[in-house]
Amino acid sequence: MSTLTDQEYQQVVQALGRKPNEVELGIFSVMWSEHCCYKSSKIYLKQFPTKSSRVLQGPGENAGIIDIGDGYAIAFKMESHNHPSFIEPYQGAATGVGGILRDIFTMGARPIASLNSLRFGAMNHPRTPYLLRGVVAGIGGYGNCMGIPTVGGETTFDECYNGNILVNAFTLGVLKKDKIFRGIAKGVGNPVILVGSKTGRDGIHGATMASDVFDKESESKRPTVQVGDPFTEKKLMEACLEAFELEGAIVGIQDMGAAGFTCSSFEMSAKGGVGMELMLDKIPLRETGMTPYEIMLSESQERMLLIAQKGREEDLRKIFEKWELEFAIVGEVIAEKRVKGYFHGELAFDLPVEPVTDAAPVYERPVEVPGTRFQVPSTSNLESRTSDNYNDILLKLLSSPNLCSKEWVWRQYDKTVGTNTLLASGADAAVVRIKENGKAIAMSVDGKAKDCYLNPYLGAVETVAEAARNLVCVGAKPVGVSDCLNFGNPENPEIMWEFKEVCRGLTDACKKFETPIVGGNVSFYNETEGKNIYPTPIVAMVGLLEKGVTPMTPWWKQNGDIIYLIGENNDQPFDFEQELAVQGLCLEAFQKGLLQSAHDVSEGGLAVTLAECCFGKNSLGATVDVNDGLAPEAILFGEAPSRIVVSLKPENEKEFVALVKNGVTSPTLIGKVGGNKLKINDWVDESIDKLWKGWVTALG
Amino acid sequence: MKFGIIQFLGSNCEADTFHVVHNVLKQEAVYLWHEETDLKKVDCVILPGGFSHGDYLRAGAMAARSPIMQSVAAFADRGGLVLGICNGFQILCEAKFLPGVLVRNKNLQFISEDVELVLERTDTLFTSLYNVGQKIRLPIANMEGHYYIDDAGLTSLKKNNQIVLRYTNNPNGSIGDIAGIINEKGNVFGLMPHPERASEKILGNNEGRLIFESIIKLCRR
Repeated sequence: MSTLTDQEYQQVVQALGRKPNEVELGIFSVMWSEHCCYKSSKIYLKQFPTKSSRVLQGPGENAGIIDIGDGYAIAFKMESHNHPSFIEPYQGAATGVGGILRDIFTMGARPIASLNSLRFGAMNHPRTPYLLRGVVAGIGGYGNCMGIPTVGGETTFDECYNGNILVNAFTLGVLKKDKIFRGIAKGVGNPVILVGSKTGRDGIHGATMASDVFDKESESKRPTVQVGDPFTEKKLMEACLEAFELEGAIVGIQDMGAAGFTCSSFEMSAKGGVGMELMLDKIPLRETGMTPYEIMLSESQERMLLIAQKGREEDLRKIFEKWELEFAIVGEVIAEKRVKGYFHGELAFDLPVEPVTDAAPVYERPVEVPGTRFQVPSTSNLESRTSDNYNDILLKLLSSPNLCSKEWVWRQYDKTVGTNTLLASGADAAVVRIKENGKAIAMSVDGKAKDCYLNPYLGAVETVAEAARNLVCVGAKPVGVSDCLNFGNPENPEIMWEFKEVCRGLTDACKKFETPIVGGNVSFYNETEGKNIYPTPIVAMVGLLEKGVTPMTPWWKQNGDIIYLIGENNDQPFDFEQELAVQGLCLEAFQKGLLQSAHDVSEGGLAVTLAECCFGKNSLGATVDVNDGLAPEAILFGEAPSRIVVSLKPENEKEFVALVKNGVTSPTLIGKVGGNKLKINDWVDESIDKLWKGWVTALG
Repeated sequence: MKFGIIQFLGSNCEADTFHVVHNVLKQEAVYLWHEETDLKKVDCVILPGGFSHGDYLRAGAMAARSPIMQSVAAFADRGGLVLGICNGFQILCEAKFLPGVLVRNKNLQFISEDVELVLERTDTLFTSLYNVGQKIRLPIANMEGHYYIDDAGLTSLKKNNQIVLRYTNNPNGSIGDIAGIINEKGNVFGLMPHPERASEKILGNNEGRLIFESIIKLCRR
């Protein structure tokens, strides 16, 4: 099976000076797949800001790394596992988590928190409940067993994902900044070692499958989905982390993910400017009769390729055998920049490294501005409302699939293992402490697909802004980003235009917020039977809280506290300066200890935000009065960006207001905390208990 | 006081437990590898939470047959203190240190949440610093937290006063709302909730800490 185009095949023949054999053709097919070589996206990704004084490792490795001071660093990355999760939801999602965890511990970091961003089709689509149950159970099944808490994320529904769900998984780990490991092969004569699981026939051509659209035959692709074994991965993680402690024993290490042995051996060779000689007979196999083609393309999970310092093999073997894992010396590093594979004494393939990796094709695919989409989508939800009863509308919104509590989902994720979780699902961002240096890390994953569909540039900008705002609401300073860019078919010029615009938006916004993009991935071909998903860039942003700082929560704390709105309810277009001013004021007020709570105003508008502020353990209500001349719908449910609702003790009001600098919108006093009802002007007057029940029971 | 925390393949709460007894409560602590038999002269053995052997076969079934468990059995026979948390409780049941068994939660899902518990007994070596009837909140995180025992077994548990912790709002179908039990001799205690995850103020809850402090108090005496 080759998915190379005729032109790409000619390129291969030219590079080799001969026709490739079957194994070699398979290697080119996966390495030149969209999933592995980013041939459609590369030219746009180049513009991303990737550096700051804190960045220790940008894109191009298994994960990005950021300095957090005191000799410590954090490694993090988000990756998609969309296609496999649609075909086989449990295993697809589980191995997505497994893959991202390996990316983190490969770098030498111990994973301490995971998040995810999930997009399903319409709630009433027949496949949605099956996919939702399978994906959530798969994420929990893998992460819980590994003992890595899943502390946050988002789950939403839209019919554009009916045929292509999105499963984006994020993990963050902690490491010493002078103990970073990379996927590099060095040192002629050093042994190439395969550790972890045995190699089987599962997942062959997974990367190719992920680089193709879905059609009616997709069900038959089930065998390309890998099967996860979190128990083996847990052992592999502990063994690797233990092996990293052996000074100088490991030269380089790379996770075997997409395109398995092929990708790890060629990429490691390319990075080190060397080659490898591989003895395929020495690879521990799950089944007999596997061919070199199958061995090289297998995507069996829970495997790592490592290059050891010659002479340290036995030290390493002891560790991996203690953890009851395979440990096989399968080859050695050679000076010649070729990867050669021997099988039963014969040369099975012999390829120069550079054409396979660096010479992979790069396309500037045609782009075309779509014609008709700039009309605001149907306001059918507003029109179909049965009354002007804003209590009912608010309740309906709170119990709608996208705004309701996702407790049913979170309950299946272990959130507290690791004893670092300070704030989990339900807050604006998740926060975990770093035991090593007393600081804390905040994380948020956000996507605004509908906004990106209507205006990809602005949608991408607002996605980054919202992620940053979420971090600010828990009191963290944003420091870096990992992203998953989920798009339709790049061979469609309109999709390519969406991609180009989104990349431009992410670039501008990440520069403004000083949050370099240190890693991520691109998932194209999210198309089923000709229907593409909305452009869905998911931004995972990471922020830092200084030593001993308790994170802020969105919930009211005390009767009599006063409520301020930072930002404006109007429908002015997004403005960077306004956004930065709003975030700056919130963060400064928090750092000065003036705030009791802070909550970002996002989907569902001010009314939904205020209701969520009432859903703390104490169920405190609020009375709010907003008089800015807008229509009730606009004030209650408008989704204008750059707004944060905060509460503070009355005695701190003077100092809070004094923080406002010239030229910045003043915050507005809008109400008071208290009682057991939410009252907004004379439009909304409902008991917290009723609102909460509607919100919390909708999904379960 | 010296704690020994067993590491089975697939344990994942051993570092959390170590952190609480060593860094928070300033006690001596060592890890005990599942394949070894030397208990390193510890005063209390803790079987931590996790997914020993991937929960394959049955949760705790394979770990119960580890070499170290023979030493733990002899230690318990001599009156040594043994605490099993979550997967540790499952292992203690599989190893027959405690009666009954943990099966799948009634909703067949993993459940991770804070639950309210009531202290039924505070005259045990593990709960002496609580008050009888005191209600505490602790996190649970498990797939097989549903305690089951046959009628005769339940009668005997009640008769011998072995039920230490009950759920006030049963999350998983456990018979008799049982969340934690002790052996007849009173030196082996197993519970599904995670006290080690609720032992520091910074985590928003330290109501589990008194379990460890009750044990530590014994040694001071």
